[in-house]
Amino acid sequence: MLSIHLILFLAFGAVAVAGAVNLLVQRHPINSALSLIAVMAALAGEYLLLGAEFVAAIQVIVYAGAIMVLFVFVIMLLNAGVEEETKGSRVAILFGIPGMLLGSLLLAWVLLRHSGTTAVAIGALPGAPATIGELLFHEFLLPFEITSILILIAIMGAVVLASKPTVPGGGPAQKVKD
Amino acid sequence: MTQNLNLWLIPVLPLAGAAINGFLGKRSSRAAVSTVGLVFPGAAFAWALYVAFRFSSVELPYQEYLAHWIRSGNFAVDFAFYLDQLSLVMLLVVTGVGFLIHVYSVGYMWDDPSYYRFFTYLNLFMFFMLTLVLANNYLLMFIGWEGVGLASYLLIGFWFTKDSAASAGKKAFIVNRIGDFGFLIGLFLIIEHFHSLNFSAVFEQVRPITSETAGAGLLTAIGILLMVGACGKSAQIPLYVWLPDAMEGPTPVSALIHAATMVTAGVYMVSRSHLIFERAPTALTVVAIIGTLTALFAATIGITQTDIKKVLAYSTVSQLGYMFLACGVGAFSAGIFHLMTHAFFKGLLFLAAGSVIHAVGGEQDMRKMGGLRSYIPWTFLTMGIATLAIAGIPPLAGFWSKDEILWKAYEANWIYWVIGAITAFITSFYMFRLLFMTFFGDYHGAHVDEHGRGSHAHGHDGHGEPHESPMVMLVPLMILAVLSTVGGLVGIHNGFQHFLEPVFGSEFPQSITEGSGNTEWLLMGISVLFSLAGLVLAYMLYVAKPYLPQKIADSLGSFYEAVLNKYYIDELYAKVFVKPLVDGSTSILWQGVDRKVIDDTVNDAADGARHVSDEVRHMQSGNLRSYAGWIAAGAAVLIAYMIWLGVAR
Amino acid sequence: MVPLSYYLVLSGILFACGVTGFLIKRNIITIFMSIELMLNGVNLSFVAFAAHWHVLAGQVFVFFVMVVAAAEAAVGLAIIIAVYRTRETLNVDQVNLLKL
Repeated sequence: MLSIHLILFLAFGAVAVAGAVNLLVQRHPINSALSLIAVMAALAGEYLLLGAEFVAAIQVIVYAGAIMVLFVFVIMLLNAGVEEETKGSRVAILFGIPGMLLGSLLLAWVLLRHSGTTAVAIGALPGAPATIGELLFHEFLLPFEITSILILIAIMGAVVLASKPTVPGGGPAQKVKD
Repeated sequence: MTQNLNLWLIPVLPLAGAAINGFLGKRSSRAAVSTVGLVFPGAAFAWALYVAFRFSSVELPYQEYLAHWIRSGNFAVDFAFYLDQLSLVMLLVVTGVGFLIHVYSVGYMWDDPSYYRFFTYLNLFMFFMLTLVLANNYLLMFIGWEGVGLASYLLIGFWFTKDSAASAGKKAFIVNRIGDFGFLIGLFLIIEHFHSLNFSAVFEQVRPITSETAGAGLLTAIGILLMVGACGKSAQIPLYVWLPDAMEGPTPVSALIHAATMVTAGVYMVSRSHLIFERAPTALTVVAIIGTLTALFAATIGITQTDIKKVLAYSTVSQLGYMFLACGVGAFSAGIFHLMTHAFFKGLLFLAAGSVIHAVGGEQDMRKMGGLRSYIPWTFLTMGIATLAIAGIPPLAGFWSKDEILWKAYEANWIYWVIGAITAFITSFYMFRLLFMTFFGDYHGAHVDEHGRGSHAHGHDGHGEPHESPMVMLVPLMILAVLSTVGGLVGIHNGFQHFLEPVFGSEFPQSITEGSGNTEWLLMGISVLFSLAGLVLAYMLYVAKPYLPQKIADSLGSFYEAVLNKYYIDELYAKVFVKPLVDGSTSILWQGVDRKVIDDTVNDAADGARHVSDEVRHMQSGNLRSYAGWIAAGAAVLIAYMIWLGVAR
Repeated sequence: MVPLSYYLVLSGILFACGVTGFLIKRNIITIFMSIELMLNGVNLSFVAFAAHWHVLAGQVFVFFVMVVAAAEAAVGLAIIIAVYRTRETLNVDQVNLLKL
């Protein structure tokens, strides 16, 4: 039944899929990054449709706004150019792609056949920040604290790994002569 | 009432001697080794005499139980000893002659570097032989049987660095084993049907069985199989081939093992099993025929041999044939009688031959001897007595026992007597040939300034002349000479036979004990004549006209060659049995099974693992994408499986 | 009223695209972005199930996934920078020193 919910779902879904496919097709990484941002924006719309306001906001601010920006910075920093054509692995092409296709097709078939009429209403589960916050600080307090430590460690690790060597020829990143 | 005779002491004392010499002998002095090596067998002999002394006061057969051995269901075998007249005779012969030979060996082996090892093995042999003789069941006897085979192997190959000695030891052991195979199957049959191996139990069950006169049956089978074992141990046709080769061992070994005791084990075993044989006429006939043929066959070979010990070896084979002939016609006590006298004179012959060899510095070829009677008179005297004894000249020992056998053979079948008499003639001939070639005529030997051939006795440095042996070697010779002279007198008026009557019963029903006296005297006279004829012929050929033997040999041409080469039997065996076995073993078992199947399986398994890992190695390519590909493929498989699990409900 | 399975299929499509990108792309950064795409797909299915079963913990989990993705992106990119410094290339096929 064609409701506004379905139309919006399909619209955002189309954008997301298009962005994903574009990511695969593009040869320059910056284009892929921008497509990924489009995917994330579309997904934020999907979240809104499901009533997850907080998650949608976080998606746009953190994922698209911070992580993807980081990606773009690195691409520009490293001056990544157009991808070269190298013969990599036959296994990946021969086994990986058919396998993945098979798996996802199977999954899709199963899901569609057995889904029944269980439907999700628009805005089904309102995820207001207050309620999410309550969960975070009550039931999921431990994971919350641990993730904060995780971020701290990630920051330190990133700084150490990416730093320029202070000793000429030393440091974590040393030139390896082939 | 039965008193404890402590029979176990008799075998165990030499075992103790062997152990002491074996473990401590290497670092001990000659004197210490000799003392140990003599005291223990001497003590065993003394105890055997004590047992003989007490013999009449114990209840016979006397059985002494030592320990449990096998208890399996209702089958039981123990370490236990058995004494009756037969084992007493064997006991005294083994310990007595054995002790004398030990004394002789002190002198003969004095200069050998492995002096202690010799006495260890010799005492070990005594232990096994006494176990064999005293056992109360077939299995313990078999242990002794195998043990003497082992000791024989060790002693024949005593100078094992010499190729021929090592091979001879091997040959003896292997040929013995072939006989033992038959023996074992016979034992299995006994276990199967009589459910025991104890002499008393088995014979109790055998006694009521009627004789198998109508051809073959169980007892015939057992008898023939036991005889196969006896053929191996006692060197009868077709398993005699090891005995001549066994002369590679030191002469005391030849005297003790291959003349007086071990080779007689077969005769003892057959006599012990006489109840079985008496009820299986076919088996008895087989025994008699083998014995007769062997006696003749070996005697003919003995005529041509030039090695003094080989002549004596073939003579032993021949005399053993006589003993089996006796058993085969049912005259078991005659066989044992001959066993006893044979131990005396054959032991003496070997020891005297050793004395001769010692005198000429290791030379064993009779053509290089001669005229020795002026150099070594005592040896000549004792050897002469022994030769008279073996030739059957009355009143020495050999005459009584051999005549007894010939008489009983005649009573069974005159053909046996004819062959036996001819063999007696040949025996007398070649023994006197030996005596004349060695002691008469001119000395053909090298004057002994080079070290003797092989590692016999001691090297004479610049002695230049054959010399008499020391007293320690001469005294046993003299004692044995006395025994060879008077030892046969126990046979007068069937005294010996009566002594053994409790064991063998009155002789095999067929024979007439007090035979038609005239025939007996006649046959006795004929056999004495044959013996004297042999003496005269030998004298003619080897003293009076020494050029004749060569002419006769030449005129006989290839026939003589055949006899000289022992009828090529060894070569025949090598071709028919040994070579196919060795070839088959090499090509099938070694190349085929060991190499191809076993080795290749292991190698191929390793190769296969290597190949598989070679292929799998390519997965570690270092390439990120291929890893990802594998992960994706694996995940897809898992998902598919889970879906199938979920959907297939 | 959109059936739940539609959301899941969309999520699956995004995930599949992510895997495909991982397998066929040669630029390390692009591969990394494919991983992010996979994570996004998974996030969508979390939220969809949370809405379906009215369990808010699903959305909280998405929160944590994002945090971890951020951390991972930071460290991962730092590694990529380090690799670039040493190997002078962003082609993943040329970073194969660990081959047997």
